[in-house]
Amino acid sequence: MAVVSTRAGRLGNRIAIAAVIVVTLIFLSPIYWITSTAFKPLVLATSVPPTVVFEPSITPFVKLFTKRAQLTTPVDPAVYEAAPWWEKLVLDGGERLSRDGRGEVVFSAYPDRFANSLIIAVTSTLLAVSLGTITAYGFSRFRVKGEADLLFFILSTRMLPPVVVAIPMFLMYRAVGLNDTHIGLIILYTAFNVSFAVWLMKGFIDEIPKEYEEAALVDGYTRMQAFFKIVLPEAATGIAATAVFCFITAWNEYAFALILSNRRAQTAPPFIPSQVGTGLQDWTVIAAGTVLFLLPVAIFTFLLRNHLLRGMSFGAIRK
Amino acid sequence: MANIQLRNITKTFGTHTALKDLSLEVADGEFFVLLGQTGAGKTTTLRVVAGLEKPDSGQVFINGQDVNDWGAAERDVALVLQQYSLYPRYTVRENLAFPLKSPIRKTPQAEIDAQIARVAKTLRIEHLLDRKTDRLSGGEMQRVSIGRAIVRKPRLFLMDEPLSALDAKLREVLRTELKSLQVNLGATFLFVTHDQVEAMSMGDKIGVLTDGRLVQVGTPYEIYNSPVNTFVARAVGSPPMNLIDGQVSGDAASAIGARLPLGAGKAGAGEGRPLLFGVRPEDLHLQSGAPVAARVQDIENHGVEKIITLRVEDKFFHATVPKQANLEVNEDVRFTWDPEKVIFFDASSGMNLAHSAA
Repeated sequence: MAVVSTRAGRLGNRIAIAAVIVVTLIFLSPIYWITSTAFKPLVLATSVPPTVVFEPSITPFVKLFTKRAQLTTPVDPAVYEAAPWWEKLVLDGGERLSRDGRGEVVFSAYPDRFANSLIIAVTSTLLAVSLGTITAYGFSRFRVKGEADLLFFILSTRMLPPVVVAIPMFLMYRAVGLNDTHIGLIILYTAFNVSFAVWLMKGFIDEIPKEYEEAALVDGYTRMQAFFKIVLPEAATGIAATAVFCFITAWNEYAFALILSNRRAQTAPPFIPSQVGTGLQDWTVIAAGTVLFLLPVAIFTFLLRNHLLRGMSFGAIRK
Repeated sequence: MANIQLRNITKTFGTHTALKDLSLEVADGEFFVLLGQTGAGKTTTLRVVAGLEKPDSGQVFINGQDVNDWGAAERDVALVLQQYSLYPRYTVRENLAFPLKSPIRKTPQAEIDAQIARVAKTLRIEHLLDRKTDRLSGGEMQRVSIGRAIVRKPRLFLMDEPLSALDAKLREVLRTELKSLQVNLGATFLFVTHDQVEAMSMGDKIGVLTDGRLVQVGTPYEIYNSPVNTFVARAVGSPPMNLIDGQVSGDAASAIGARLPLGAGKAGAGEGRPLLFGVRPEDLHLQSGAPVAARVQDIENHGVEKIITLRVEDKFFHATVPKQANLEVNEDVRFTWDPEKVIFFDASSGMNLAHSAA
C-alpha cells in the first residue's frame, strides 16, 4: 500500500495518537493512584475528593518495613531528639517503633514475604519455561503418537478455573506436608504455567526451521548439543516472552498463596492486604507495599522488552 | 572417500510410501545425480543416507559397512540443503568452524584457521568471513554452505537441490564450480535435483526416481539416448523427446499419416503392435520432399539454435534447427526423422523395447 499523506490521513493519524494517549492514561491511572497514595500522609489517603497536590513523604515505606505500636502517652522530647529522621516520621504519626531486647528496630515480615515471592516466582518460572521448552521441542520435532490429543490434554488443564481445585489441593498439600513450603508453591505455579509454556513455545519452535539442527546433526553434533547450540539461541525471543508471562502469573498469584501458605512460605500478595486490619486502616502502607511489589515485574519486562516486541509479533512474519 | 550402497530400502511416512524397495549403488569418487519430480523420494533417499531418517526396512552401506545403527554424526557425511542450512546469528567464519569444533572432532584452533582459510580461498569467500549470514546473498549463502561441507573433508557429500533457490545465471556459475570442485576433491557426491539440465551437465551417473522407485540408472548419455521407458524419455531432455503414435509396417513406420524410414534391423522389433516412436528434437529434420507435412506453430530462439514447434493435424512436435534456419510461423514444411535414432516404446506399457528384450 502506498504511504498515505493526504490531509485526511494526517488527521486520522492525530486522532489515533490522541486515542492511544487517552487509553494509556486510563490504564496508567491505577498505577498513579497507588503510587501517589504510597507517598501521602495517612490523613490524605482517604480524603474526598482525592488530594492531588501534597507534600510527598516516605513515611509509608518506613512503616512498611517496621513493626509499630500506638503511642499511648506523648513521646518523651529527649527520645524524640535522639531518634533518627526516619523514626521521627513514625513518631510524628503517633506511633512508635517496636524494638527487641537489645534495642534494635524489629523489621516487619514484608522483606521476608517479598523474598519468598522472588524465590517462588523465579524458580517456578525457570522450571515452567525449561520444561515447556523441552516438551514443545519434542512435540515440534518428533512424531509423537497421539500428539494432538496430548497437546489438547495439556491445554485442558487450563480450562478449569484454578480456584475450583483449591480445596482438594489444600487437603492434598496438607497430607503430603507441602503446606506453607516454598517447594509446594513452586510445584503449584510450575504446574499452572507449564501448559501455557508448552503451547507458546511450540509456536516459537515450529517457526525455527528444522534444517538448522539437521545440519548440526550431520556436522557431528548430538541432538542435545544441536538443541543447546542452535535451537535455544533461536528460541530466545520465545523464551523471553514465555518467561515474562509465567513470571507475571506466578508473581501475582493470590488465591492459592492465601490458602496454601501462611508464614514461612507466604508470598507478598496475601501479606500486603493482611496489614489492613491492625488498629486502623493504613492504606498508605498497603500502597507502599504494592508499589514495591510492582517493581520486579516492571524491571523484568523492561529488561526483556526487545525480545517481547519481537515475541508479540511472532508468527506474523514468515521468512 | 567412500562408496554407498542402498539395499532394498523402504520408507513410509504414515500411509504414504516414500521409498519402495529402493536399491542403489554409488561408486567411490562418482558424481551421482538423483533426478525426479517433487515427491519422488529423492530427499528421503538422501536423508536415509545421511542418517536423518531410519528406513523401515533395507540397509545402507558406506564403504561396505552397514551403517543402519549409526547416527548422523557418526556417518561423517556432509549435507548441503537448498536453504536454511547456515546457522543464523553466526558469522561465516563461525559457520565454517562449526563442524570442526564438533565434540567428535575437536580440531585444534590452528588447524581450524588453516582449513577455513583453505576453503575460503577455494570458494572465493574470503571477504565474507566476518559477515553475519543474514547479510549474504543467495549465491554467497550457498557458497558458504558448500564451504561448511568441504571444510572437514567428509567421506561423502549429500546435496539436496543446492542450486534450486538461486537465479539462473548464478546457478550456471555454481554448477560449473561444484562440478570442478568434485573433480578436484575426487569426492563422492550424491546430488538431488529435479532439474534435468543440472543432472545431465553434472552427473557421472544419473538415477531417475519416480514414486519411490528407481526407474533407470545410467550415464547421462545412456539416459538421454536410451531411456528405459516413456517416463524417462519425457523427464530428460529439454524440450522433451517427441513420442509419436504408430506402428511398424514392413520396413518402415507408419505414423501421423505417413511412412517414415527405419534403420536397418530395427523394423523387425515391435512388428504389429501399437507403438510410440521416440525421437529427440535434434533428430527431426526439416527437408523438402520429406514424408510428413507440418506447419510451423512456434519458433523459440535459443541463440545457438532454434527450437520450433511443428503441428501435424492436432499433434505437436519439437525440432531443433540451426540458428541460421530461415523459418516463419505458419510456414508449411516437411520433415522426417533420423532412422537410426528412433526408439520403440510399447504403447501400452511405455517400456523401451530394446531394454525389455535385453
